[in-house]
Amino acid sequence: MQHYNMNLTLKVWKQKNGKTKGGFETYPVKNVSSEMSFLEMFDVLNEQLVSEEKEPIAFDHDCREGICGMCSMVINGRAHGPWSQNTTCQLHMRAYKDGDTITVEPWRADAFPVIKDLVVDRTGFDRIIQAGGFISVNTGNAQDANALPIDKQKADESFAAASCIGCGACVAACPNASAMLFVSAKVSHLALLPQGEPERMTRAFNMVNQMDTEGFGSCTNIGACEAECPKGISLENIARLNREYIGSMMSGSKVEGMA
Amino acid sequence: MSLTGLFLITFLIVHCYINAQIFYNDGGARFTEAAHFMGTNFLIRTVEIGLMGFLLLHVIQGLALWSKNRSRRTNRYAVNAGSATSPWYSRSMALLGTLILLFLIMHLSKFWAPNRFSQITGNGEKDLYHMMKEEFQTAWVVGVYIFGCISLGWHLVHGFYSAFQTLGLGTSRYKGLIKTTGIAFSIIVPLIFIAMPVAFFMNWLA
Repeated sequence: MQHYNMNLTLKVWKQKNGKTKGGFETYPVKNVSSEMSFLEMFDVLNEQLVSEEKEPIAFDHDCREGICGMCSMVINGRAHGPWSQNTTCQLHMRAYKDGDTITVEPWRADAFPVIKDLVVDRTGFDRIIQAGGFISVNTGNAQDANALPIDKQKADESFAAASCIGCGACVAACPNASAMLFVSAKVSHLALLPQGEPERMTRAFNMVNQMDTEGFGSCTNIGACEAECPKGISLENIARLNREYIGSMMSGSKVEGMA
Repeated sequence: MSLTGLFLITFLIVHCYINAQIFYNDGGARFTEAAHFMGTNFLIRTVEIGLMGFLLLHVIQGLALWSKNRSRRTNRYAVNAGSATSPWYSRSMALLGTLILLFLIMHLSKFWAPNRFSQITGNGEKDLYHMMKEEFQTAWVVGVYIFGCISLGWHLVHGFYSAFQTLGLGTSRYKGLIKTTGIAFSIIVPLIFIAMPVAFFMNWLA
């Protein structure tokens, strides 16, 4: 693809901390290369701001190769930008053309409070995992790989669910700010494997309960999460979570917090 | 939402089947017979109480869900993805539901309420066929019915699939079947309902 440079106008959400009210600030960015990633464009802008002795824009990032789930920007209304199955760090500036105005906002959900600018607090996800996203195994040497036979299809489905990087784009994209796709991926990848069996009857209930406690919304099967998920986590996982949830309600196992 | 919705979907099938009897074009004889059975059978009348209960529950649950979900994002986006990530009707269930509710209030006060009132006060059943014939001579009434049925159709396109997905049946094996059946249902049933006022208005029925 032909390389080109462009001048852009960025409208970025600036917010000092969770207690203050934020607002948009407009920044002109010049000579942006089409080869840059979206975050590199932010690096250039921040360098420029620092040299002008202005405050740089705070944003989350880590691996910059689309696997860690740290980057989190809603770009022109789209979580992780316009490309499908893609993270912000893997979005490249060739998605834009000279003269474009790009609006960048943080993940917006009451369960993801803004820490600063585009950085939000996603520890709610950690607490959901603590509520049930684990298995109980003995420590020691790893078992022989073939000791537990696992159906190939189930292994594949489990692996697909486990590819969730916990970035929170599903919450950001959901009109209800629901975390169902995240929870369903985490429940699915354990529920499909024999290693996940021991806690199976309580896991879905506890994790959904924690999701509600954190203040995420309820799923109304809109499907925007699936459309925006950088890892292509499917709505089928939500169907499975619903089955697991109904199963744990019917099992009669006593679960803390269950009415 | 899912279970009450599925119950209401089942009701639609019965309602549609009974009312479609008018298309025999026999001056309403078969329709009146069916309506008489539905209006006087003890079992049906008992289920009717359940129907009203489920309808109310569906409305209350829906409004509660809508307001709860809205409150989960106090600071809203300046730019919205809109139809780029999801179809408009899936995001507009509360609006479509409200339109259907308003239509239902008008619909029930035109036919169901006067008929039941007449029965309770000992004046017997009303001649529903001729009531329909009379009501559907007015163009704006027919217009409101068409609008109400179209709202119902869009509500069903999402509602039918969504009900099964909530019950955990939206798997790769059934998803296609559920979606296709849902879309077919959402087109066919409202179309049959629309055909009724239109047929009376156009004087196709004796």
